[in-house]
Amino acid sequence: MRSKIAEVFDNCKKIKRPALITYTVAGDNTKNNSLKILNKISKHADILELGFAHNTPIADGGQIQESSHRAIKNGIKLKDVFQIVKKFKKNNPNKPIILMGYFNLIYQNGENNFLKNCKASGVDGLIVVDLPYPENKIFANKCKKKSINFIQLLSPTTSKERIKKIIKDSHDMIYYISMLSTTGGKLKVSPKNILKNYNRIKRINPKKNLVIGFGITNKTISSLKSANGLVVGSLLCKTITNSLKMRQNPVTNLDKVVYNLKNKIL
Amino acid sequence: MSSKIKKNIPLIDQHDKNFMYGGKFGGNFIPETLKKPIDDLTKLFAKLRKEKKFLKERDYFFQTYVGAPTPFIKLENLTDHLGGAQIYAKVVSEAKGGAHKIYGATVHCMIAKRAGKKYVVGDTGAGYAGKMLSMAAKKFGLKCKIFMGAKDIKRQRPNVEAIRKNGAEIVPVTTGSQTLVDAVSECMRYWVSNCDTTHMCVGSTVGPNIFIKICAWSTAQISRELIKQVQEEFGMIPSKLKLINCVGGGSSAAGFWNEFIDTSAQFIGVEAGGPRNSKLHAAPLTNGSKIGILHGAAQYVIQDKEGQIGSTESISAGLDYPGISPLHCFLKDTKRAKYTSASDEEALRAYQLVSKLENISPSLEPSHAFAEAIKLAPKLKSSEVIIVNSCGDSLKDKDIIKQKLGSYNR
Ligand SMILES: Cc1ncc(COP(=O)(O)O)c(C=O)c1O
Repeated sequence: MRSKIAEVFDNCKKIKRPALITYTVAGDNTKNNSLKILNKISKHADILELGFAHNTPIADGGQIQESSHRAIKNGIKLKDVFQIVKKFKKNNPNKPIILMGYFNLIYQNGENNFLKNCKASGVDGLIVVDLPYPENKIFANKCKKKSINFIQLLSPTTSKERIKKIIKDSHDMIYYISMLSTTGGKLKVSPKNILKNYNRIKRINPKKNLVIGFGITNKTISSLKSANGLVVGSLLCKTITNSLKMRQNPVTNLDKVVYNLKNKIL
Repeated sequence: MSSKIKKNIPLIDQHDKNFMYGGKFGGNFIPETLKKPIDDLTKLFAKLRKEKKFLKERDYFFQTYVGAPTPFIKLENLTDHLGGAQIYAKVVSEAKGGAHKIYGATVHCMIAKRAGKKYVVGDTGAGYAGKMLSMAAKKFGLKCKIFMGAKDIKRQRPNVEAIRKNGAEIVPVTTGSQTLVDAVSECMRYWVSNCDTTHMCVGSTVGPNIFIKICAWSTAQISRELIKQVQEEFGMIPSKLKLINCVGGGSSAAGFWNEFIDTSAQFIGVEAGGPRNSKLHAAPLTNGSKIGILHGAAQYVIQDKEGQIGSTESISAGLDYPGISPLHCFLKDTKRAKYTSASDEEALRAYQLVSKLENISPSLEPSHAFAEAIKLAPKLKSSEVIIVNSCGDSLKDKDIIKQKLGSYNR
């Protein structure tokens, strides 16, 4: 059976546009609002990444750190994250949700228990920032057995042999990190160069769905739209931060931002 | 299944193919972007540590720049005062810059040069790791940036001034508890973004495996000197010998014990117990913390049930860290070393006593180790020997000492 993630890419390819993938943090700025945000933005976004916050994130920039901080301050726990997913999936059963976070939370929850919870709430995929290949092999296989996509990451520093091995072991989606940066960095490589690297990877196995993330905003998204998918995260986290500062409703503001992003890749 | 220490294999090399010690501590839990720079560094270091020229260079800098050997002295007055075991100190604070962090900093700069990097970055808590890296960077012609928690910048002023004087940039870290744990995180993030041009130095035996190795290998200079000094003093290694060291990340202890691993010497590590009535101990080994992942390595770490890293509190910025080197987790599990903790108050009292009776002035980190020595010595026979690693100079703590004890005399 094709996964919902694979189906999204099939459909997007048919209409010749990249999949729009959003990243928000569960519990930001409240548990309720983060569910409302998912419900709203899922009208425009094709895949939703949902962060489970960690307080010592070694690969996140300021924007996502702030979101994570708010979520943890609000008392978000993994069980709440699964609740949010479950409630969302009740109304949107076909919209893929990918959980993203750091390995320690999975480790403390117990790998098997965590995957059981993922399955029960309807999680479609996982990104574990600090569990690289090949250390992730055992866990990635456990995911596969449960039909949960384990999404491998590639970076500009990944060697060609390594890329080949990772692609071979990948499931339905691979994530290419656009540049040497934490999340939320300014795009310091030109879209042209990012796409050059992207296409080099793509040629190794054109059938694999490869998405680009890190540093993508409303200003740069259209120049990258030949990719299979584009991830926007920090811009959304920043939108929440700014909404709170200006005492505006983060849910409606986020809805607008994601709507605009979508229009730029149609 | 409990793991065992293998004989005749350096401690840092007792890991499996996944860089795990005893199958459960360490490893490389890192973002994909750091895989290659860490692989490159791992290969480079494996080559350099076998290279005669590199070893000669290291020895040359340790001799002429750091100053080797640092003194090994008997603390006659303290021994008499306590009446029990013979107490000695390895006065590592006499090394250039005033602490053991100079060994790792020097070797990291040598490696950075070999790797063709022009920039080095590092974390610091007490400010010694930062001071030493900035000093070595200046000597080796590298540009240097130091990440330091805002709270530590305030409480370790003399070292902050030294870092600035050496021409390094200090980046204040204002996230989280604004201490060492946040400084290490921010430094790693910086490296993720700049690993193509920049060499990273981790200030203790923590982080991804290669940083543990480089730090412990460099700091082992302490015990290379000490084992000779002990043999000269006693004609052999005393049969009842205790080596007492404070542990924050664990670099000074790893360096102090390294050459004695295959001897009968007992190792005692002293963690920071924090203020007497506080629950925020920086003592994961003493208090039975669970294994978790912090800064790229599995280790005993202070955390909540979810896996959020816990906050800690200690009068000593250098020990104020929720994790602990995987090497020490391994030494604890194999029962090769024992770990305990000393409170802020005990450390201050130890500082007071030692600096009054002896001609040394240990910083608040080694004062934790002295606190344990002071507790133990009276219970032991005079045929027993205690050596404390006096790994840092108190000057950086003058503000805290003045505030807590009323005066700081030097
Ligand atoms: C003098 C001194 N001792 C001890 C420590 C603790 O670190 P470690 O356990 O790595 O030696 C520090 C750290 O900054 C220090 O400056």
